[in-house]
Order: sequence, then structure tokens, then C-alpha cells
Amino acid sequence: MDRANPQQLAALPVEFKLNGRTVAGRADEPIIETARRHGIAIPHLCYKPGMRPDGNCRACVVEIKGERVLAPSCCRYPQDGMEVTTDSARAVGAQKMVLELLLADMPEAGPEGPGQRASPYTRESKLDAWARKLGVGRPRFPARAQPRADLSHPAIAVNLDACIQCTRCVRACREEQANDVIGYAFRGEHAKIVFDLDDPMGESSCVGCGECVQACPTGALAPARGAGLVVADRKVDSVCPYCGVGCLLTYHVKDNRIVQVQGRDGPANHGRLCVKGRYGFDYVAHRHRLTKPLVRRPGVPKTGSFVVDPGHWQVAFREASWEEALDLAARGLREIRDRHGAKALAGFGSAKGTNEEAYLFQKLVRTGFGSNNVDHCTRLCHASSVAALMEGVSSGAVSNPVRDVLEAEVVLVIGSNPTVNHPVAATWIKNAARRGVKLIVADPRRTELARHATHVLQFNPATDVALLNAMIHAIVEEGLADAAFVRNRTSGYDALRESVRKYSPEARAPVCGIPAPTIRAVARLYATARAAMILWGMGVSQHVHGTDNARCLIALALVTGQIGRPGTGLHPLRGQNNVQGASDAGLIPMFYPDYQRVDNPEANARFERFWGRALDRQPGLTVVEILNAAQKGAIRGMYVMGENPALSDPDVAHARAALATLDHLVVQDLFLTETAYLADVVLPATAWPEKDGTVTNTDRMVQLGRKALEPPGEARADLWIINEIARRIGLDWRYAHPRAVFDEMRGCMDSIAGITWERLERDSSVTYPCENEGDAGTPVIFTTRFPTATGRARLVPADIVPAAERPDREYPFVLITGRQLEHWHTGAMTRRAGVLDALEPEPVASVHPLDLAAWDAQPGEVITVASRRGSITLYARADEGTPRGAVFIPFCYYEAAANALTNPALDPFGKIPEFKYCAVRVTRGGAPPRRLSFGGGQAPLPAPADA
Amino acid sequence: MLSAEALQRIDRELAKYPAERRESGVMAALAIAQDEKGHLTPELMAFVAEYLGMPAVAVEEVASFYTMYDLAPVGRYKLCVCTNLPCALRGATEAVAHLQRRLGIGLNETTPDGRFTLKEGECFGACGDAPVMLVNNKKMVSFMTPEALDRYLAELAK
Ligand code: SF4
Ligand code: SF4
Ligand code: FES
Ligand code: FES
Repeated sequence: MDRANPQQLAALPVEFKLNGRTVAGRADEPIIETARRHGIAIPHLCYKPGMRPDGNCRACVVEIKGERVLAPSCCRYPQDGMEVTTDSARAVGAQKMVLELLLADMPEAGPEGPGQRASPYTRESKLDAWARKLGVGRPRFPARAQPRADLSHPAIAVNLDACIQCTRCVRACREEQANDVIGYAFRGEHAKIVFDLDDPMGESSCVGCGECVQACPTGALAPARGAGLVVADRKVDSVCPYCGVGCLLTYHVKDNRIVQVQGRDGPANHGRLCVKGRYGFDYVAHRHRLTKPLVRRPGVPKTGSFVVDPGHWQVAFREASWEEALDLAARGLREIRDRHGAKALAGFGSAKGTNEEAYLFQKLVRTGFGSNNVDHCTRLCHASSVAALMEGVSSGAVSNPVRDVLEAEVVLVIGSNPTVNHPVAATWIKNAARRGVKLIVADPRRTELARHATHVLQFNPATDVALLNAMIHAIVEEGLADAAFVRNRTSGYDALRESVRKYSPEARAPVCGIPAPTIRAVARLYATARAAMILWGMGVSQHVHGTDNARCLIALALVTGQIGRPGTGLHPLRGQNNVQGASDAGLIPMFYPDYQRVDNPEANARFERFWGRALDRQPGLTVVEILNAAQKGAIRGMYVMGENPALSDPDVAHARAALATLDHLVVQDLFLTETAYLADVVLPATAWPEKDGTVTNTDRMVQLGRKALEPPGEARADLWIINEIARRIGLDWRYAHPRAVFDEMRGCMDSIAGITWERLERDSSVTYPCENEGDAGTPVIFTTRFPTATGRARLVPADIVPAAERPDREYPFVLITGRQLEHWHTGAMTRRAGVLDALEPEPVASVHPLDLAAWDAQPGEVITVASRRGSITLYARADEGTPRGAVFIPFCYYEAAANALTNPALDPFGKIPEFKYCAVRVTRGGAPPRRLSFGGGQAPLPAPADA
Repeated sequence: MLSAEALQRIDRELAKYPAERRESGVMAALAIAQDEKGHLTPELMAFVAEYLGMPAVAVEEVASFYTMYDLAPVGRYKLCVCTNLPCALRGATEAVAHLQRRLGIGLNETTPDGRFTLKEGECFGACGDAPVMLVNNKKMVSFMTPEALDRYLAELAK
């Protein structure tokens, strides 16, 4: 028999007496929780379920028979036979005394009126609530000298006069989010909450996650501008619309406005959020929202080099009725189809929309346009990872959820900057590292996560294959491969071993810039770990050798058998909130829903039957290929839903020129994006909080988003718009609600067949594969076999393919593009959200301080960055994490579009462009970037609704 | 920010702890930094944090807690009087009053000539010698009767 481990022992039941009643507790459950389960509420302030109990406020004291002093029930654990009393006069007297003393320090001016002490900053003060409950009246004690307010942060008001020094914020910031900004400093009566070196919050290293606000029981840390005092009309449970982590949240809605957002206990976030998910929602009410369909004015030319200020759309468009706009939109598409054939049309769907929208959109293209020319931005992010995964393990999704890092022994994060791009996922990685999990961070840039790592490999840009093959070489050579796993569950090992033979760490060290002993040490660590996870991001995928990079990672996991167990597997961190779901739903040119190949006769027949239409068997064109075809005149009409290729695609000058050549372009979006400028018809769509639908996060969790707001003006639900277009191009569609679409999807997607809408309404989140109703869902896959024909995974060797454009004398620097924490994708949403726009208003380029010095430039100065394709000017930011000889530019700034510079060279398998590497020249000076009517801090900070 | 010698001294202290526990040396590092620079500026604390690979706020917590760290400039002699209970019962309160009178400054103030700063301290673990005072974080003055204090001040004035 196995011996019980300490966790199992701690979870053993314990019988003890609670207020005279015999109850069953657990050795690892504090008394306060057992009491809660038995309907006994004990006052508590510094304790918050889920957080490490700190036991500092003593509001929760109880009497334990035979003990001289009272015990704090939040950090006292029961023992067999213990007799606990929570409601004796002595216990309650002490509880009330704590509340009275703390209340005495509360400001006078609370909502209870003058003379009553209460928090003036929130209506949900735990102190006030307990004081009311226990009948603590006006305190008998004088107040302390009250500290001054700190209103320096755009999203968070710091009013320490309401602080009770419970340190919940400290634990939230340091132990949960691991941002390490807040501390409890000074001594005795001077002790107080500080940010960094006692800096104003707005000048500290705070990343605005708002976790401290959510944790604070008194409103000492509260949403800025009094939002904490607004009484919500409704609270609506939903999902965050930004990244692939898929945090569940609750909107507080008042007068059709989101006044506050709270993290909800979802499987991916457990109540945590980041700055975007917490404070990035006022974009929905920005004055640039499209509220009426627009039609291009006759004679307004389309050119690739244009600027239309979204505030002055009238120069190019006129308003139209929905009837007219839809007729025009559909007629243009129909005419091209009928005159030039199905392949003259293409559609870009969106990874920001719902699963139902993605499904209908691809169905519209496949059955209505008649070709497979449908794609979306997955092409720009993980297409290469998916290509490699499909080839190796026949499944494009992750094998384990992010939170499995907590069960791993070793975690390798490569080509990913999760504190910025997947902030809440990063918190789990940081938590794991603090618990002793060995964290290896491999990235050409030294990012925030490096601080938590045991090994930091700052390898040379675009040398991933050299580094990873060297690791595999070391593993094979040192006999660390998992022979049984390789034998039983993989194929192609001999070829792989042969191929990595020439990649000894010693030979490759100079190439990738990592010393051979380090490569070997890390390889050993990974190979011999009890459980090991690999997480990767766009630093791996966005290369011409992106598929090769991913092949190496897959091989690394397979050779060592590090896959298919809890805490052990592969996780490409998906970027957009629904890039997983949109891909699953078939928003890709070579796959029907659930990755059934369009050129597979069986799949083709299945969908012809299912949809009742003849389908094209030839895979369609991908994003960049579609734009190339447009330029050549082969594609003449497009329908773009919620994507902005005119800013997100590589070499935007080319992309814009291509879009400008189209005979007919229909764009459906919230704002007049760079792509919409070139449209013939612009259809005003709904924002995420304005509609119902499901999205699928990076962990394969299908999650339900709920409508919280009415859309502005005549903006309409995307699903309705797709339906209307479909009907006008000859499809007899009548989908009344996303539920109907989801039900249809279940009929052709085995992976989600078991998920019902009702279950989503009840549970909010179900992890697929979930093939039969009632199945729990499957967080960890590949446990016994791979979904390939043979059940084995395929090892695919990769060789070095150099970056497509290497630095040279003329363009000596490497440009790396990516994202910033505050801004999402092309910035259409976040640059119109007051807090986010205030935090990161201007386009910046990160460069190493020594490079800056070499150009004689100061941080904050304007620099010009030019490539063979374009030139932009923006502000320099000193960043020691950027390697020398490289410059990092986020691609969200229209006034300094990084993608004016990038190279559209494609990975041959994933067809993903090389966003992470091209050659540029940097010079000091240039005309400051030209700003339109958004960005640059122009978005108004959300004002409080009337309290 | 710090001289090579100071860094060397800090490294010596760090060698006492496991390599991945550099933050264990924070108290020693702050003391060495303060010895060299006079007092701990935010920049200096940020430097120490960076050097030890720990969050700045964690350095702030330590530096603002202990009386031997000065976050603002102090005079040539920093007189830190223990006012905790045992010392208070044995005359620390009078000692503080006496020093205030003699130096013409209040607590946390420095004489205009920059010679003396007066501060309150917490128990120095020398209650047997109460009341006590720590001078410049290093020298302990015991049994502080007004006369003993006068003698001591006279000595410093030399
Ligand atoms: S600010 Fe709030 S959470 Fe932080 S210690 Fe004070 S009362 Fe507690
Ligand atoms: S908002 Fe987040 S990062 Fe900033 S202080 Fe609060 S918990 Fe820390
Ligand atoms: S809630 Fe238990 S000590 Fe604060
Ligand atoms: S009380 Fe002053 S030294 Fe202990």
C-alpha cells in the first residue's frame, strides 16, 4: 500500500465541537472555514478565502476550551476533540473591541453621515458590514492622525485614512500577482502601506492589475473617481475579452455603463485579472463607436497611403440605413462571385468574436462564397505552432492548462513574455517559481519573468532551432531520453537522433550565445524532471522557421516523455481571447470545424451532407496570400469581420495597397479602423459586453460571455449581421440566438459534442474534449495515446533556416515586434479606454541604453526606425532587457506602425510572417509621430456614474 | 553608485548565505551603503535592491523599519534614545527631555550646526543598563542620568 503523503494527511477529517455541536472539519482547513460551512459567520478582516491567512487583525478570535487566550480562527486548525466557541461573551467582546478600535480610525465623512465612522470609499466595506452586524456603535476612542490621499494613479485611489493595515493588498500584490509593488513599511504608529520606495502609486512600478483593490476590505484602495460608491443596477457574469487566458469576471453595470469589473473564480484565473480586464472597458462607449452603417461616398479614391481620422469619417463616408447598407454589401459580393467565380472572394473572420460568429462566418464563406478563402489572425500568431502540432500529434491545442505549472517540477517558458501578454497566466508561473518549481526562461529579451527564473537563457534572436537541437543532442548523448516512451508512443526517433548529431551544445554555443554547460544543465534539468511543462509564445512561432521551432519543442517533450501527465506537457499560449475557438470552429482555409481537412474526401462529404451544399475541396488562401492575390486582381471582393489587416499585417503599405485594389470591401467593426477606411460598406457591430456567446481560451475551456450592455445607436449583433448578409447572397439562414448556432456546432464538432448551452449557463466553463453530455471535460490530453492514425506521435527533425532578412551594413539592427501590457493588438479598443490610454499614451521603441548612448540619444527622444519597406518615428525608451543591436516596437500604434517595417516573408508550413525579425536602421531625431483624434492620452478617464 | 570597496564588503556578507538567497544580505548591504553615503536615498535603496535581486519595496520595508537606517540626512552624531518600557521606567523620558533642552532640538531634528540629530529608538536589548542610547548606530551609552549625558556631550564637543 502506498503511504499517505503530507497533503493527504492534512486533508484527513477531524471531529470537533463548534458551539456545542459536533462537526467534521479537516486538519488543513482553518476553523473559520469549517464554521462557514456550518452556517456560523465569524467576523474577519485580514482573512480572505484563497489567500494565505496572516492572522493580524484578531477580529476572528474564538474561545478554545482549556486554552488561556483566545485563538484567531482564520489561522487555527482544528484537532480531534477540540471544543470551540465562537459566540461566547468573551469571544464576541474581543471581536467587537477589534472592530471598534479599527472603526475609530475611519474617516468621519462616511456615507453613514457625520459623526458616524465608516469608509467613505466603498459601499462594500467589510469593516462597516461587521460593525453593523455586531452592533458596534460610535467608537469611544480618538482617531489617529490621518494620512493624505494619493490620487496619482489613473485607475486606483489610495486613501490610507481608511486603511486598517490588514495587509490583504500586500498579499494580493506580492503573493498572488507576484508584482512586488506594495509593502508594509515603517514601524509602530508610523507603519503604513507603501508602493516601491514609498512612491506615489502612479509613479511606482505598479502594473495596474487592481488585485489590491479587489482585496482591500475597506476601500482604502478603491477604484478611482468614486466608482466604488456606485450602486450597480446589475451584476453580469462574463469572460474577459482580451487575451487567451480567459479570465472570468463580473461586470457591475449602472445606467448601461460598466462602472467596475471584479475577477470571478474561473478555472483559469481564480478571481485574478490584469489591467486590461479590470479597467479596459470604456472603449465600448467611446465617441468613435460606429452607430450607423456607413457607405463610401462616390468618387472618394481608395489608396494605400491615406489617413482618415475616425473622428472625421464624413470625408469618405455617408450614413445609410441598415437595409441599404446590407443590400449594397451583399450585392457587391454576389456580383463578384457570379461574374468572377467563387475564388474571387475571401473573408477574414476574427479571433475576437465568439465561437458562434466564427462558425457562421466560415460557413458563410464556404457555402455562400463557395471557396475556402477564409482565415483570421491565427495566421499571424500560432499558425506555425499549429502546423507543427498537427503534424506531430494531430491536435493543434494545448496538452495541459497553464495552471498545471503548479504541479510541474520544471517549467520552460520560451519566446513568450507572459507578464505582458498573458498576465494572469504569468501569475501562476510566478507562483510556481516561488514554490520552488525550477523556471527556465529562454528569450532574446530579458523580460520581467526572468526575475523569477532559476535559469535565464538570453539567446541570440532567431537561433531557437540551434538552441533546442543542442538540448536534444545533449539529452540523447547523455542517455536521458525516455526510451520506453520513445519506443511505445513515438515514431521517427532514428531520423531525429541522426539529425541532431551535428548539434552538439559545444558547437552551437557560439551561434545561440548560450554557453554549452548551461545548455546541457538546462537539458538535464528538463529531461530528468518528474513533471515538466513547456510554454511558448509568438517568439517561437513568428519566424520563417516558426514551424521548425515548434517541431523542436515537440521533439524535446516527446524524446523525454514529458507529455501526457498532470503538470507535464506542451502549451502554446494562445494570444486572442478566442483564437483557439475560432480555429476550432473552422475559421482557417484548410480545415472545416474541428480540424477536419477540406481536402479529405470523407470530411468533405460529411460537411456537404451537414450543410446541404456542394463544397470546394481545395484549401483556400491564407491571410497574407489573400492580400497578395488581391494585389494581383485574383481576389476582388472581401468581407472582413472584426480584423484590421491594414495595421496588423506585415508590411502594411503592401497590405493597404492590396485592400485598396479590391472592387468591393465590406468591413464589420466597432470603429473606423485602418482597414475600414478602405471599405465600400462599413457595418457597425457590437462590442463583447453587448452580446452573448462562447469563447474558448488557451486551456481549451469553452466559456460563456453574457450580454451586459445595450449596443449604442444602430450597432447590431455580429451574428445578426452575418445572417443578414448570408440571406442576401442566397443562403436561407434563420439563426435567432447563439444557442442555435452552438447546437449546430455540436453536431459537427465531436470535441464539444457533450457541452450543452445549459451547462455553460450553469458552470460558465467546460474544458473540451467533452464528447458526451455529462463528461467532466478533459484538461490533460495525450495521457495514453495521441489522436493520430497510429496513436503514436511523430518526431520531425528540423534544421537551421536563417531569418529571411539579416542585418547588414545598410540596415544593421534587428527589429522585434510584439505587444505591451496595456494595449491590445492594433489598439482599436485599448487606445480608446481611458485608463489604458493614460498609462501608455505614446508609441515607444525599447532599445538598450548603451545603443541609445551610442546614437547620442536620450530616453524619450524621437528616433527614426526604417526598414526596406517603410519608416516610422517614435519615442525611445531605455530597456536593459532588449539585447544590444535590437529594437523592440509594439505594433498597436497607428501613428508609428511597426508593421510598416516588418517583413512579409512566410514560414513555408504555417504561412506565418516573420514578425519577430527583420533588418532596420535606427537614427536619432525625426518628426514626432502624428496623432489623430485618439491615442496619446485623449480618451477621457471614466467618470463616476451618479452615486 | 557604490565604491568597489563597498561592493566587495557587501559580497563578503553575501558569501555567508546560499547563492540563491542574496536577499538575506539586505541588512548588511544597507548598513554598508549607508556608511559610505551617509544616508539611504531612494536611488541608493533601488541600487541595493537591484544588486541583491529583490523587489525595491522589500528593501524599503527593511530600511524604514530599523532605527539604524537613515532615510534622510543626519548630523555628525546621531543620538538614538531607547524609549521602550524598561528604559522609560528607568528615566528615558527625562533623558530625552534633557537632551532636547541641551541641544535645542526636538525628536527627529538636527542642530543647525549639523552636529547632532536626536531620535527615538526601540529596545536595544540592553535593558539591564537602562536607560540607554545608541550613538551613530555603533556606540552604546548606558545609565543615562542627566549628569552622565552632560559628561558625554562635553566629550563629543571636544
Ligand atoms: S490598504 Fe486595504 S488591504 Fe491594504 S492594509 Fe490597508 S485596509 Fe488592508
Ligand atoms: S494594482 Fe496590482 S501591481 Fe499595482 S499595487 Fe495593486 S496589486 Fe500591485
Ligand atoms: S481575520 Fe483572523 S486575524 Fe484577521
Ligand atoms: S527597553 Fe531600552 S534597551 Fe530594552
